[in-house]
Amino acid sequence: MNYISLKNNQTIALSAIPELDYVSFLELNVSSVKNSGYHCVNYFGFPFAGKIKLICCIANDELQTINVSSSVADAKHELPSFTKNNLVFEKFEREIHENFGIAYKDHPWLKPVRFPFNRYNKEAGIADYPFFNIESEELHEVGVGPIHAGIIEPGHFRFICNGEQVLHLEIQLGYQHRGIEQLFLEKKKLLQRTTLAENISGDSVAGHTTAFVNLWESLCSYHPGSDLQLSRTLALELERVAVHTGDLSGMCTDVAYQLGSAVYGRLRTPVINFFQKWCGNRLAKGLIRAGKTNFPFTSELGLELTMLFNEFETDFNSMSEELFELSSALARFEKTGVITNDQASAVGTVGMSARMSGISRDIRFSHPHDFYTELNHRPIIKNHGDVYSRAQIRKEEIRQSIAYIRRLIKNGPAETGKAEQLSSPQPNSFTIALVEGWRGEICHCAVTDEKGELIHYKIKDPSFHNWLALALAVRNNEISDFPICNKSFDLSYCGHDL
Amino acid sequence: MISFILIILVSLFFTGIIVRTKSITSGRKGPGIFQPMKDIFRLFKKGSVYSKTTSFIFQIAPSIYIASIIMAIMVIPLGQYKGIISFDGDFVFFAYVLGTGKFFSIISAMDTGSSFEGMGASREALFSMFAEPAFFILMGSFSLLTGHTSFQEIFASLHFGSYISYILGALATFVLVMITMVENSRMPIDDPKTHLELTMVHEVMILDNSGFDLGMILYATNLKFAMYGALIANLFMGSFPLYLTIPIFFIIQVLFAITVGILESFTARFRMNHNAQYILALSSVSLLIFLGVLLVLKQFS
Repeated sequence: MNYISLKNNQTIALSAIPELDYVSFLELNVSSVKNSGYHCVNYFGFPFAGKIKLICCIANDELQTINVSSSVADAKHELPSFTKNNLVFEKFEREIHENFGIAYKDHPWLKPVRFPFNRYNKEAGIADYPFFNIESEELHEVGVGPIHAGIIEPGHFRFICNGEQVLHLEIQLGYQHRGIEQLFLEKKKLLQRTTLAENISGDSVAGHTTAFVNLWESLCSYHPGSDLQLSRTLALELERVAVHTGDLSGMCTDVAYQLGSAVYGRLRTPVINFFQKWCGNRLAKGLIRAGKTNFPFTSELGLELTMLFNEFETDFNSMSEELFELSSALARFEKTGVITNDQASAVGTVGMSARMSGISRDIRFSHPHDFYTELNHRPIIKNHGDVYSRAQIRKEEIRQSIAYIRRLIKNGPAETGKAEQLSSPQPNSFTIALVEGWRGEICHCAVTDEKGELIHYKIKDPSFHNWLALALAVRNNEISDFPICNKSFDLSYCGHDL
Repeated sequence: MISFILIILVSLFFTGIIVRTKSITSGRKGPGIFQPMKDIFRLFKKGSVYSKTTSFIFQIAPSIYIASIIMAIMVIPLGQYKGIISFDGDFVFFAYVLGTGKFFSIISAMDTGSSFEGMGASREALFSMFAEPAFFILMGSFSLLTGHTSFQEIFASLHFGSYISYILGALATFVLVMITMVENSRMPIDDPKTHLELTMVHEVMILDNSGFDLGMILYATNLKFAMYGALIANLFMGSFPLYLTIPIFFIIQVLFAITVGILESFTARFRMNHNAQYILALSSVSLLIFLGVLLVLKQFS
């Protein structure tokens, strides 16, 4: 075997990962993502014994496994690129190039990804980003950002337009870079690291923190009790309900449909307020901790949540009936910002952005963890790939999540687990954790040294893949439809920039 | 003179009523109806900031814009009572004095050199151009019907007798309401509340204006609303005496403001490329009015 198959949240010795020469490493991974049911969840490098160790993780969605292989590269030599054979590796290789200066001879354009402070080439700054240019009398460029017109995060969008029609959009990110991956190595305390995980992306607190604690517990050979698993699963599903509802409100705002914007906006509030009641923070910060929980999910909370959803569902259903039958809103949603199935597979989108184009990609189904093993989740798939599909997926996933939450509560709060102490991490190990956050697949990987200290921590937010899908979606659309396309993807700037 | 004073009065609370209606329909309490005016007074007290890339055009445009609207208001009558200015063919003057103001607001937007404002200017120019035939066919039909060419004479001699004339009245009201929405860049053509430059029409043109200049432009919008509202009210006044026309005027203005608020609450706005088709369709509704007028005048035999 030239790769090793792992389960989600499984720790193995670093030496157990087969180390191949670069050419067979390339062939193995490029040929395996060709098959349907396989996709690349992470591909990264880190300095190891004076060279760069590359690790590629390909998920097998049918067998619930992750195939991990590795190779060692030298920054001095030019290498053939994966991207030449399959575009899904495009951004991973740009990142490796940016961090370690590995030159790829046939990569289409090794553009900077996020300008990390510890990048290989410090000469080029964020102001020198090499944009794709046009020289034409007829076409014009529109630059938006990095200061956002609303209150969200910074990013620069460069449109090349023919009148009102967008021919090309290039998205430049990196303004939110905080060096989170490096901070994971520098901050040695578990609490510090958990707090870091909570702050990767403020709207995916439950997602990223669950990925971190699952990874950490696996690294420490700790098996979480069912009470911990329950509260994590509940937090993930509650977060999904809250953010999806907020996004539906945002989408209504962007088509200037005031009623939808007001009603969905109001509906989101009690859900995030429930987090406040549960753990003291509306974004669920402080709720999820490795090896323990400071805020057990009691039966009183369960009762309250059931009542909350009884009220929520009535209003949500009548509002959704209204919105999904309102011709003026549908005229804006339908056939806007289309990503075809071929485009989505080429880009390697994950989460909602994959499911809207007929790709069944959902970690809750393919690599279940925590209580998802019992929920028997079936992903919601749409096929049109337009704004309407994304709105529909949100609506149906909210209903699905509420049904899951009801089932979890009905089975009662699980018994309090044994107060087992968290030991220290295993030395010389590799762990991978996959979580389906509301936005899509979140992947955390960790590598430890002989003392059990982290030597590399790799985070991949779903936005990493999906930003490119947004850029493709707005092509040939009107520039005035960009805001609704952007909101319907609702990608994270800080999750990408780390 | 009386119509001028009434329009100024209505302009003080017109947008306030729209905002209040929208608040109530979305389940909020909303600000008082004079809040938009208070905001404008706050802006009047401020100084303006001018970008270095702009020329004198950018500085004079807001004054010309508001002046053009005040001049247009001067020709609007109140039923049988003349406006400050009244002459044969004054509706042509009305349309083109507004056009002059719009021209200056467009070139002042281009003057900033921002890619957004150029985009907004091109949209505004296109939509106004498409709205123009609707207005002229409508007014032309009325002057054909009444045999007069000034606002005051047209409105004073408009009277509804037959069924066809009621239909004409309804259609004319619809066309005027929609022209108002186009000219004021409101829903469903444009969303005045959006923060997204890429989807704006009018709002994006005034991104660089600040302080006193911005106050003038915003107040001009209020005036414009009241002005078109007055035009609609005139359709229903005929030659009633003052003690009837003044209440009719206020009732119609308030109803109009509430209609705008409701329209903006329960629909989504159009996709940008549907706007042009939609505005052109207004011209065909005006053509229907023209046909109706020909019917009334028994031109078909």
